[in-house]
Amino acid sequence: MPTSLVQNESILAIEVGSATTRAVLFDVVEGQYRFVAAGRAPSTAEAPFRDIGIGVREAISSLQEVTGGRLLGQDGNLIAPSQPDGSGVDSAVATISAGPIVRTVIVGLLPDVSIGSARHLAESTYSRVVETLDLSDHRKPDQQLDAILRARPDLVILTGGTDGGASRSMMKMLETVGLACYLMPQQKRPMALYAGNRELAGDVQELLGEHAGMLKISHNVRPALDEEDATSASGELAALFVNLRQRQLKGVDELNLWTGGNILPTSYAQGRMVRFLSRQYESTRGLLSVNIGASATTVAAGFGGDLVLRTYPQFGLGENLSGLLQHTDLESIMRWLPLDISPNTLREYLFQKSLYPGTLPATSDDQAIAQAIARQVMYLAVRAARRSFPVGGQASRDVLPSLDLIVAGGGAVSDGLSLGQSLLMLLDAIQPVGILPILIDQNNLLPLLGVAAARNNYLPVQVIDSGAFIGLGTVVSVSASAKYGEQILRAKMTYSDGTDARVDLKFGGLEVLPLSSGQTARLSLQPLQRADAGLGPGRSGSVTVTGGAMGVVIDGRGRPLQLPSDPVRRRETIKKWYYTVGG
Amino acid sequence: MLAPVLHVLPLTTIVRERVLPVAGKVNASVNQKVNPTDVVAEATFAREHVLLDVARAFGVTAKAADKMIKVKEGDRLSQGAVVAENGGFISRAIKAPRAGRVMVAGGGQVLMEVGEARIELRAGLPGVVTRIVPERGVVIRTVGALIQGTWGNGRVENGLMTSLIEKEDDVLTADRLDVSLRGSVILGGHVRDQETLRAAADMPVRGLIISSLNVSLIQPAMQMKYPILVLDGFGAMPMNSAAFQLLPTHNKNEVTVNAEFPDRYSGGRPEVVIPKQVENEPEEPQDFVPFAVGQRVRLRRSPHTGMIGSIADLPEGLSKLPSGLHAPAAEVKLENGEAALVPLVNLEVVG
Repeated sequence: MPTSLVQNESILAIEVGSATTRAVLFDVVEGQYRFVAAGRAPSTAEAPFRDIGIGVREAISSLQEVTGGRLLGQDGNLIAPSQPDGSGVDSAVATISAGPIVRTVIVGLLPDVSIGSARHLAESTYSRVVETLDLSDHRKPDQQLDAILRARPDLVILTGGTDGGASRSMMKMLETVGLACYLMPQQKRPMALYAGNRELAGDVQELLGEHAGMLKISHNVRPALDEEDATSASGELAALFVNLRQRQLKGVDELNLWTGGNILPTSYAQGRMVRFLSRQYESTRGLLSVNIGASATTVAAGFGGDLVLRTYPQFGLGENLSGLLQHTDLESIMRWLPLDISPNTLREYLFQKSLYPGTLPATSDDQAIAQAIARQVMYLAVRAARRSFPVGGQASRDVLPSLDLIVAGGGAVSDGLSLGQSLLMLLDAIQPVGILPILIDQNNLLPLLGVAAARNNYLPVQVIDSGAFIGLGTVVSVSASAKYGEQILRAKMTYSDGTDARVDLKFGGLEVLPLSSGQTARLSLQPLQRADAGLGPGRSGSVTVTGGAMGVVIDGRGRPLQLPSDPVRRRETIKKWYYTVGG
Repeated sequence: MLAPVLHVLPLTTIVRERVLPVAGKVNASVNQKVNPTDVVAEATFAREHVLLDVARAFGVTAKAADKMIKVKEGDRLSQGAVVAENGGFISRAIKAPRAGRVMVAGGGQVLMEVGEARIELRAGLPGVVTRIVPERGVVIRTVGALIQGTWGNGRVENGLMTSLIEKEDDVLTADRLDVSLRGSVILGGHVRDQETLRAAADMPVRGLIISSLNVSLIQPAMQMKYPILVLDGFGAMPMNSAAFQLLPTHNKNEVTVNAEFPDRYSGGRPEVVIPKQVENEPEEPQDFVPFAVGQRVRLRRSPHTGMIGSIADLPEGLSKLPSGLHAPAAEVKLENGEAALVPLVNLEVVG
């Protein structure tokens, strides 16, 4: 069993979200790192508080109440390192997603090549692309300059040219960006990331070094035309994001001091962990992590160590909800509702919630609306990210490739829901295919493990192995072309004691077979009508499945999921599904 | 836990910073009395830039072109002024295509800013300037009633307020706006149709203070030239009783409607200021306070959005809510006599 490199070091991990701030304590118990406890408080980045430090201290105070230990001194400062009387912690780390959306200008050469890579970089953090400059842009340089100034960017991402490749066109655009930065007031100059042709790095330094708010130069994100490697650029972008937040939000400087500079954007930390896990567990088909929060919905998928990281502020459940209808329609949200409400009520809900993003649903009806919105934003985010996944043998880009594991986090998928409701939400929104386990990250630990890994490599593995995530169980999703109610699968689960359970699955149905956490069983699947239960169309076979809080769930509702078009029947069907997973 | 405070106060001291988005000139001085529409600072900024590529036009190197450039940074040029001349046997000149100012000259190029626009920063409230923010604006102090809202369309105006609201759930309709209200600030209830906004524009009125707005009217409201200040939110919501008890008592008083678009990071929020003359200046209100039993609170989320009540109890730890969530909560006694368990994050203290 591995031992920690830093022995017995307790770590306080803080996540500053736009609605909630969490403080989580990791410590060594019986020689292994464990998740000890978590405290939370409303975030205070916004008015009237406008100091994240208030929320951070309240979250730590809440953690103190849980653990009984003292982490804050009389002066309100973090006690570090830990003291002989047991107070304090040895070190602290933090992630941050709070703050205004990062207005981003992307600059590159070819729209489908370097601009594509710049867009991927922008989508890896909490940004919105507000202006694009590339070779297809026929505006004059002064018009481009005015466009950048009007865009009021917080960040400029410059890509373009393979290493040793084109430079002249890139230089022209660099000059325009440099001039634009020069013309902006000093305190409003954007952060700049250069991730293009490395031979231009010196020129970039000369043109932008003095005029950008801060300049980072990374390895080329497109070292060759057919190769994209965002590893170095993503790291530099994460550093720029934290610097930007230091400039924008009071209290980030102090947190930076407490953590010795160990602050990462929450989405980046989540991605780092997913990449690590996909390597650690040798995931060949892919590991998908979805985190749905007030700032954004983040989708991170690891494919054998390659990471797809997409952060969608437009699909956040906070202030950006007022803009959600630019990306979807009311009917698409209402299809998930077991309630009969008017479209206007839903529209009012979206706008009212955007005024008070930190508020919580107090009633079950309010919670049902919140869950319907969460389903739709998760559905949209996963579909948007799916475009960057390997094709995975699926005929349609709307259907996910077969994956090894799904881990979901964020208050919307766990707070106030039964585990069955959480599972149903994930099945509805993600619509996985094939056979795979699903985990819930109830305490939103994944990003915090990602940033804590910088302090101790063993911590994430040991914390995950200790069961910090809740295994909901194994899901078998059956794709079929059938009529509602037609039988599409016969399944038999044989338990380790020799007993068995059988189920005949009908199209549109959902079946649950009990299997406790930690137990395994043999599941025989016999598809009918060329249905695909993860073994190929019409193919029968047996697989070993692991249990979980919900056992083994067989989802025969089709891929993409088919919902009855009649609203009354749809609501009844949704209630029936809720009932199947335990209400 | 700390609570945000919604200010609905009959008498308080109000201190507000008003600053330009870009550097400019401050027109006011310390201790100067200002009216809401007084311009306290102004700035000019270029709407466009023109880049003149001298080296390319003359077909010379950047270094050679720099010697031909006749202007320097900061020069103001009229249209047609000579920017660069090649000085050859038949001399050619590059002239300013429009009047403007030289921002950069060098590297074989000249960058001019043209099409100057002017920003005027209005005081936004009546009062006394207590501090100058160099090149940016002023801090203004005043005494009066202060009523904060939740949404505004970004405009500021002042005028005599006429109350057309008789009960909290009144609806303001176009037929209630007649010519006698021209130039007034109208206090009304819920606005549900565009006709009402248009009728107010046609008068014209100097502002609308309303309880709530139909959500489909947000875009039309943004287009209106007069301020629209929404006190409670979107949807058919009655006016919160704190505002309803205070605002109509100031019928026919001069009010300032600062329908500032709410900015959660700068802290700007829409508010009505009704100036008052007093001998002793009251204290400035606090923007956040710890939750406590007895506080008057406003509920920010359904099922009681906009309602006012008082905190009867603050149970320790987390409370289980009907939604299934566990969160710090308060027992709130609503003004209609009902009791509700409300998450603290759904409350703001009124005061």
